[in-house]
Amino acid sequence: MSAADHRLLQDVLGRGTARRQDRRRLFDRGFLLVCLCITTIAVLALAVLLVSVLVEGIPGLSWDFIDRYTSRDASKAGIKAPLWGSVWVAGICAVVALPIGVATAVYLEEFAPKNRVTGFVRLNITNLAGVPSIVYGILGLTLFVRMFGLFGPALDPSMEVGGRIYAIYYDVTGEAIRVPAAARGEAPTLADGTIGYVEEIEDGPDGELIFTDRWTPVTLSVVPEDADDPATVGAIDAYSAAEPADFEVVRPWYYLQFPFGQSVLAGGLTLMLVVLPIVIISSQEALRAIPNSLRAGSLAMGATRWQTTYRVTLPAAIPMIMTGAILAMSRAIGEAAPILVLGVALFITDVPSNLMDNFTVLPMQIYNWTNRWQEDFRELAASGIIVLLGALLAFNAIAVLIRQKLQRPLQ
Amino acid sequence: MSSLDPGISTSLDQLTQRGKPRRRLWRDLSEILVKTALVLCTSFTLIITALIIGILAFETGRFFAEVSISEFLFTTQWSPMLGETKSFGIWPLVAGTLLVTLVAAIFALPIGLVTAIFLSEYAPSRVRAVLKPVLEILAGIPTVVYGFFAVIIIAPSLQATSEFLTGDRLFGTYSAGAAGIAVGIMILPIVISLSEDALRAVPRGLRDGAYALGSTRFDTSVRVVVPGALGGIMASYLLAITRAIGETMIVALAAGGLAHLTILPWDQVQTMTAYMVQIFLGDAPATGVEYKSSFAVAGVLFLMTLCMTIAGYRILARFREEYE
Repeated sequence: MSAADHRLLQDVLGRGTARRQDRRRLFDRGFLLVCLCITTIAVLALAVLLVSVLVEGIPGLSWDFIDRYTSRDASKAGIKAPLWGSVWVAGICAVVALPIGVATAVYLEEFAPKNRVTGFVRLNITNLAGVPSIVYGILGLTLFVRMFGLFGPALDPSMEVGGRIYAIYYDVTGEAIRVPAAARGEAPTLADGTIGYVEEIEDGPDGELIFTDRWTPVTLSVVPEDADDPATVGAIDAYSAAEPADFEVVRPWYYLQFPFGQSVLAGGLTLMLVVLPIVIISSQEALRAIPNSLRAGSLAMGATRWQTTYRVTLPAAIPMIMTGAILAMSRAIGEAAPILVLGVALFITDVPSNLMDNFTVLPMQIYNWTNRWQEDFRELAASGIIVLLGALLAFNAIAVLIRQKLQRPLQ
Repeated sequence: MSSLDPGISTSLDQLTQRGKPRRRLWRDLSEILVKTALVLCTSFTLIITALIIGILAFETGRFFAEVSISEFLFTTQWSPMLGETKSFGIWPLVAGTLLVTLVAAIFALPIGLVTAIFLSEYAPSRVRAVLKPVLEILAGIPTVVYGFFAVIIIAPSLQATSEFLTGDRLFGTYSAGAAGIAVGIMILPIVISLSEDALRAVPRGLRDGAYALGSTRFDTSVRVVVPGALGGIMASYLLAITRAIGETMIVALAAGGLAHLTILPWDQVQTMTAYMVQIFLGDAPATGVEYKSSFAVAGVLFLMTLCMTIAGYRILARFREEYE
């Protein structure tokens, strides 16, 4: 036994003088004190963070703030567009990431043989989880926003699916009339009796005109060039009938264009890339926690692998998978960096209504406001943070409720 | 089979699907279909990796067609916006990233380890019941909120403290120190939860042995449990540092925008991620060389984090083997 070993043994055995024993007790107490101090720091940090945000943000919080679009005037700015943008993006992200993620986890845990290839896939997934989110932003930019430039620029897409195209005419009263067209730039042949649509206009409470998004059919009449204009809605001069003033694409929610451009779909899919590894890893852990005896029982009854997975393993693992999914979606809602790389517009004053609409998200808006010098905007940022944290909290609460409904004890 | 209740017998028949070749065919077919779908989903993760590497390599190649690799790697001046005298030496950005990461590490790693020891070795269950949710909340806060915190609280307090201690306002509005501390708070939950897992994985027998020899809790923790969990703790440090290197929103808000070589935490610095934010937020035209440079920077960032993640999981795997 070397001298050092001997000393170590003496240390551990505590055979020294009584004074040394006291010193060791003192260390023990001292360390506990250090622990308590440091732990208090961690709790305090959280407390300071929350209190500072609340102090700055509570005064600006109101229903108006949530229900107003952003503005260059801080006192009139609201958070409606980013709030709904976040909802859209998170929804798209969940719809795509959860099935793919759970399927991958199921394959790796229930089906895949343990060999080099699947070993590499597993390693690859852990690596993907460590890739900074801003790098996923670059992937999203090339893959979804631009699609490698295969379909031309986003503002002039070479491929569109699902949009209804209308030619716009102005009739003799100056009313805009939409007439269905086959394609962009292809004027429909107008004849007397062709059906067009005019937008309904309502009188607002203060006497201003409100353009609704309801369109009512009118019958068109093409007026020959030398005739007197009967000043009625739907009468179009013959010389303008061949040449529509403009074309308009009415986009239902499923309208798609290629490339996606800076649309909610591109944003949601980019976030899907960010959270996919998280979903996979947490689902894998959930499946691994299911005792093997359950699988063995099912297989012994003659069920196939997939029957076992679908009827036995997955139902038992669903509550844990849900927990992981909640964490992953919370991450997606809070991510700003990948969205920022996509180059989304900072000043959005509309709620997305279809997959190809422009959008912004809560964390981007908060970044934007924090980055300004004026104190007013900092307060807006704090109010925005409260909304963001509130949304995360609500989301988690709902998910916990769902989880409790689904949770049945293993028999 | 004949001794079984007839009901059970039929249901067994249904389960094993004996004597129904058509159903068996359908069953086998659906098994193959499902498996194919699952394999496709799984290969999607490989496609993502291939695309990331492919895109970064391609765009970096286009950048190196205009700027030489030796300028990128061996010069120390980063000024992509300076008209005619642009220069692209990556080191100021790397140094900025490392400085912020260093501050974060100095802040978070010791505190994280001590808290993990406290949670795993000392804390009574009631304290754990309070601390664990606090950590979960910290882990769930979006990073842009930490950025706000750095700008509103940390930077002014650093200014006030330095003024009080030295009579001089060392820290500016933007500083590597303020960003670093915020990043440190952000990675704290990662360090704590991963380190605690590692400490808990140390077999009880080792602790019992130490106690039986008359050790105090401190002796046991520091001389037996921590050395035993060293691999896991190192892995947790590496993974937390990886997160710190890739962190974007905090540094974009709080670290400033000046790319230069410095080790002073009160200077403002530009990190690799913050540079990418500056470019992608539209300071540069999409055809310019500075725009392409952001892809090269992203490539460097990707390589750095990739190496650290692989190292971290290697260590973690070896550590797990030790006790399983």
